[in-house]
Amino acid sequence: MSTYDASFRVWRGDAEGGELRDFTVEVHDGEVVLDIVHRLQATQASDLAVRWNCKAGKCGSCSAEVNGRPRLMCMTRMSTFERTETITITPLRAFPVVRDLVTDVSFNYQKAREVPAFVPPEGVAPGAYRMQQIDVERSQEFRKCIECFLCQDTCHVVRDHEENKGAFAGPRFLMRVAELDMHPLDAASDAGLDRKRTAQEEHGLGYCNITKCCTEVCPEGIKITDNALIPLKERAVDRKYDPLVWLGSKIGRRKG
Amino acid sequence: MAQVERQQWDVVVVGAGGAGLRAAIEARERGARTAVICKSLFGKAHTVMAEGGIAASMGNVNDGDNWQVHFRDTMRGGKFLNQWRMAELHAKEAPDRVWELETWGALFDRTPDGRISQRNFGGHEYPRLAHVGDRTGLELIRTLQQKIVALQQEDFKEHGDYEARLKVFQECTVTRVLKEGQRVSGTFCYERESGRFFVLEAPAVVLATGGIGKSFKTTSNSWEYTGDGHALALLAGAPLLNMEFVQFHPTGMVWPPSVKGILVTESVRGDGGVLRNSEGKRFMFDYVPDVFKEKYAESEEEGDRWYEDPDHNRRPPELLPRDEVARAINSEVKAGRGSPHGGVFLDVSTRMPAEKIKRRLPSMYHQFKELADVDITAEPMEVGPTCHYVMGGIAVDSETAATVGVPGLFAAGEVAGGMHGSNRLGGNSLSDLLVFGRRAGLHAAEYAARGASPTGRPAVSQAEIDAAAAEALAPFHAAEGAENPYTLHQELQTTMNDLVGIIRREGEMAEALERLAALRVRAARAGVEGHRQFNPGWHLALDLRNMLLVSECVARAALERTESRGGHTREDCPAMERTWRPVNLLCRPVDPVPADPAADRIELVRTRTEPIRPDLLALFEKEELVKYLAEEELYE
Repeated sequence: MSTYDASFRVWRGDAEGGELRDFTVEVHDGEVVLDIVHRLQATQASDLAVRWNCKAGKCGSCSAEVNGRPRLMCMTRMSTFERTETITITPLRAFPVVRDLVTDVSFNYQKAREVPAFVPPEGVAPGAYRMQQIDVERSQEFRKCIECFLCQDTCHVVRDHEENKGAFAGPRFLMRVAELDMHPLDAASDAGLDRKRTAQEEHGLGYCNITKCCTEVCPEGIKITDNALIPLKERAVDRKYDPLVWLGSKIGRRKG
Repeated sequence: MAQVERQQWDVVVVGAGGAGLRAAIEARERGARTAVICKSLFGKAHTVMAEGGIAASMGNVNDGDNWQVHFRDTMRGGKFLNQWRMAELHAKEAPDRVWELETWGALFDRTPDGRISQRNFGGHEYPRLAHVGDRTGLELIRTLQQKIVALQQEDFKEHGDYEARLKVFQECTVTRVLKEGQRVSGTFCYERESGRFFVLEAPAVVLATGGIGKSFKTTSNSWEYTGDGHALALLAGAPLLNMEFVQFHPTGMVWPPSVKGILVTESVRGDGGVLRNSEGKRFMFDYVPDVFKEKYAESEEEGDRWYEDPDHNRRPPELLPRDEVARAINSEVKAGRGSPHGGVFLDVSTRMPAEKIKRRLPSMYHQFKELADVDITAEPMEVGPTCHYVMGGIAVDSETAATVGVPGLFAAGEVAGGMHGSNRLGGNSLSDLLVFGRRAGLHAAEYAARGASPTGRPAVSQAEIDAAAAEALAPFHAAEGAENPYTLHQELQTTMNDLVGIIRREGEMAEALERLAALRVRAARAGVEGHRQFNPGWHLALDLRNMLLVSECVARAALERTESRGGHTREDCPAMERTWRPVNLLCRPVDPVPADPAADRIELVRTRTEPIRPDLLALFEKEELVKYLAEEELYE
């Protein structure tokens, strides 16, 4: 087992302002950045604020920016850095700072509420749902999301554009719309809800210009752009410009 | 006098994991205005870490399954100490609770005919666990979270306010359950972000705070698992049941040190993973206890055949209940046949092609690749026992989840005791959360509706608020020589891990109690730096009270029970004693609370278990019952 001292710069402060502080911390074999933050708390800065839960990449709590890249601290191994390198940890840039590494992520919870929930199919009793594996797999990929909000943090539509936050749900919640739209038994359309249209008109799908930054930072490896956002765009466009679809939507569906 | 904001709710649910959210959904659907309060962000609760699945006898993969078989397996797994009515309700209601999740949008893996797929797990006779790869807990928590949002959307339509009837207070902690006389009157809370205190006034409170693993050094549990609900119940006067039973999951990661304890799902074994020692031997065949002899394969060949033909072969002993497997691994390592980093080898790479492993066990593949540089599709994992779950918990009424002696206080999920007896089967936790979360929410809502009239709601007194506020602020007023809460926590974890761990001895447990008393004295002087805004040192200092209280329960009950059963193994009393079968150990708070922090806080009371209903006993062969039940019980 080998041990060495590493140089860290950690942002400390609150909504009023703050600064990067220098720390020298011991590092052991196999450790991740979150271990180092915990050692800082236990030995040098007991009130250093940080969110974390599972420490196994499953809950998506310990999101921060490590050397400027949005990362989960529990999945960022120290061995990926040179021992001489100074490692800088800062809070997620797209959200207001609460304290130190903790940010106010309430934006995401607001957006979650704006996506209409799953609509169960009428007349199908609990226990009678039948779906094929191949049909559930597309939405299952999106349900792997651990809501770390790294995609929301990195997306350039809102990263430095506070003004876009009102109109734009962000990759995570556009992916949620796609997930519901691809759910084999979602009955939203029967209830008069066109998820594709709302993606465009209410959740700001049009702002996305598929630069794939969200996909790159996703710790779950979800192909957010390719598998959720682009198909959603294609389907939304089909709706918007296909005259037959347009006509159909105007005269309404006949219910038998 | 502390000026704090007061809010009025009908039901307050403490904890937002599977049990808490299910309770909140039920209470709100029954018309109660419901508040949920949780230490982390909404959707981050420990339930997300559950991997393998939800046990429910839907019979989708083997139609021989039904609630009676599930009940039998659960009782056997718990070595017959289970509160049998809970095990019965659980087995009967679990399928409905799973199917209900589908109507809320959950997407489980499917069988070829489109139904919910079910997988094998330790101690379950048939493939019974509904699953989504190895991330079932995430699916459960997200589905419940999204159902909560759906209810809030309904309320928004009706009242113009998402939080009119159901609100989640995230990143808030409850430090006291408040009472007027015997009755619950609310909770005292602080907001982690600001440190601000507030009171939720409510006639009914549901505790759904999960477990106690953070009192142990090697654990699969997250920081939240500090036994808060257990301690809140004790402090409110409600007893805990059979706290000596702590489950050490057989397979946690052992290397590198920083990830030691992180869970390796039982699905690895359910899907065909085998355990080997350093000599390459599948050692589990040497560890099948008498009570399970007829049910498990005697040769590797038979065990291997079982995966293809379960009707004509017996299952391999890697799928014994967790307590058996954990003890076996411990023995192999002690005998010098362990892996290089002090575990044993778990290998699934020879059973399935790489692509199938990646599909069925994606997060295990990812976890080992990212954290340990191990490719589980090509090489074995190193694994060893890790503190995972507490079977003991708040004593509750089986039907209503009401606690004993504190009207208005309910408990569900891991924080509640009884359901799992002395050892929980894998997959029975997620179903427990749903079945008893729903029951707790239902009965809390009914109680609140009754309690609102005619005598009116119980009131929260200013004196109680002042006392709770003073207690919470004490760490900021520590004198010179204040103790570092992080140091105290590490010493507590070492004490419990080394002295009240997987294998227990009388002398060590007695020593643990002495060390806990010394830690209580020092914890009374725990001090913190900085201010109240999002201060983890302060939060930990407050959580220490709970961990110390619960650890005392575990150590005291473990010392008292002079036998080995399920999650309680004593080197000095290695046999399961039938005379202990009908004995429950209740932990009660010493009343009045002693002024000296070194004095005992907990006293033990022995009670007798309720006789098992005859029609349930009739589900077992007489020859099997003889192995478990006390002499006098056989003739009752």
